[in-house]
Amino acid sequence: MSEPIELTAAQAIERLRDGDLSAAELFGAYRARAAADELNAFTWVADAAPAQDGAPQGPLAGVPLAVKDLFCTEGVPSQSGSKILAGYRPPYTATAVARLADAGAALLGKTNQDEFAMGSSNENSAFGPVRNPWDRERVPGGSSGGSAAAVAAGLAPWALGTDTGGSIRQPAALCGIVGLKPTYGAVSRYGMIAFASSLDQAGPFTRDVTDAALLLRHMVGRDARDSTSLAFPEQIALPRGVDLRGLTLGVPEELTGEGIESGVREAFNATLALAEQLGASIETCNLPNAPHALSAYYLIAPAEASANLARFDGVRYGLRVDADDLSSMYTRTREQGFGPEVKRRIMLGTYALSSGYYDAYYGRAQQVRTKVAEDFRAAFERFDLLVTPTAPSVAFRLGEKVDDPLAMYLNDVCTVPMSLAGIPAISIPNGLSDGLPTGFQLCGPAFSENRLLNAAYVLEQALGFDGSAART
Amino acid sequence: MIDRAQVLHVAKLARLALSDEEVERMSRELSAVLGHIEKISELDLDGVSPTSHVVDVVNALRADEPGPSLPREVALAAAPERIDDGFGVPSPGAA
Repeated sequence: MSEPIELTAAQAIERLRDGDLSAAELFGAYRARAAADELNAFTWVADAAPAQDGAPQGPLAGVPLAVKDLFCTEGVPSQSGSKILAGYRPPYTATAVARLADAGAALLGKTNQDEFAMGSSNENSAFGPVRNPWDRERVPGGSSGGSAAAVAAGLAPWALGTDTGGSIRQPAALCGIVGLKPTYGAVSRYGMIAFASSLDQAGPFTRDVTDAALLLRHMVGRDARDSTSLAFPEQIALPRGVDLRGLTLGVPEELTGEGIESGVREAFNATLALAEQLGASIETCNLPNAPHALSAYYLIAPAEASANLARFDGVRYGLRVDADDLSSMYTRTREQGFGPEVKRRIMLGTYALSSGYYDAYYGRAQQVRTKVAEDFRAAFERFDLLVTPTAPSVAFRLGEKVDDPLAMYLNDVCTVPMSLAGIPAISIPNGLSDGLPTGFQLCGPAFSENRLLNAAYVLEQALGFDGSAART
Repeated sequence: MIDRAQVLHVAKLARLALSDEEVERMSRELSAVLGHIEKISELDLDGVSPTSHVVDVVNALRADEPGPSLPREVALAAAPERIDDGFGVPSPGAA
């Protein structure tokens, strides 16, 4: 038998069912690798699999799962990459994590992330940057950089992340794995330490598309504890397609031209040609307001964050810096507890919401959001799915963009429009450029995850990407 | 574009203390970001309704049924300061 860590999660489940592999052996193999992590992908690693009588039950059969730090996990550190929550152990577990545990997933560890999910490089973590397993001098992307690096490096078979403006898709692309942002509302946000509530969505990081479908299947559904969650209209099916016949793909000019690195664009164009060979009909299209999506996003997300992060005040949990009066206690706690990027976004968001600027910034941003969503609706009248590169470049060097917030924000140019529209999108590995992974992104209308997964699966099979080099 | 006085005003609204060096840097960085963002002021958005949420749900109400909450001891367990059965804070004072 091959090494257990070479198996995808779906393959491991089959071996477990057949009795060729024990859950303890599988967990032990990953635990050893996660504990020896040199990428700083983990902020906490379990000592052992969750205790239970006999062999793990449920459709996920005891397969280990890495979980982004910002998901609350009862009794286990949940710090959202922030000093202000250092050592915090919540009294309850996020719904998405609880559902996966009910399905048999075993919590392997918590993964490093940009502080409060704000960042595109994982350099904003209070627990230090994460390294990209393809080149340790480069970033894994962010904000779910630890989850992406852990899966790519074979420290976990799969992982949970969250995506607000690209925080699953972009690190998946930069680490050469699959990352899926579901339709907004498909997965409960209960127990996720909030960044921007109208945009945050939990989703899977996996080695292949089949695993993404399998993990997502056990995450979705209405949750009485999240009033924005919705019942998923159908079961998430395991993808089975063999070609793309009958599928129409739109290529938005605004997200595939200027600003995309040449190596990324070449890989993208090659996969378009492949999709055509597989029977898809491909046409360019327009999302006229997409160029403004990034601006709207960098007003809406910080505005929501400035409100959400008001709860970190040194009263109920986390860091407190003592002071003689209440107001000084608040301001000093927040000064010392938050890192530079979080402060920047709180300031930006507070400014955008402040008296005299609200209409010009936040109000207009919400109108742009409407226009961006309308562009997608119009496009989906002509096309089944739209495709773009996931990120404009391959993984950049650690430190390269930390002093230039605007350059960092431009990483999200291809992923933010879908977030504003609340639609699902997946990134699959699209080969290497100069030895580093690139991503191919597909997006579809709300609740089209099955269509998305099927098309992604067909392309994945045809591309035959081999990510094993990152697991050595 | 965002000057020192504006930075200090916004920091006060956000209950953030900033060092002098941070105030200077914030002014520079926020100005650069807002300079880029300002392009949306050129768009014609007359009559466009704002989107605050993409989910087509209005007033999601739950049944008003009592259920268990976190026990007090558990809720208070992570508090930096506890006074009797509540969270302790310094006096609002004269500041």
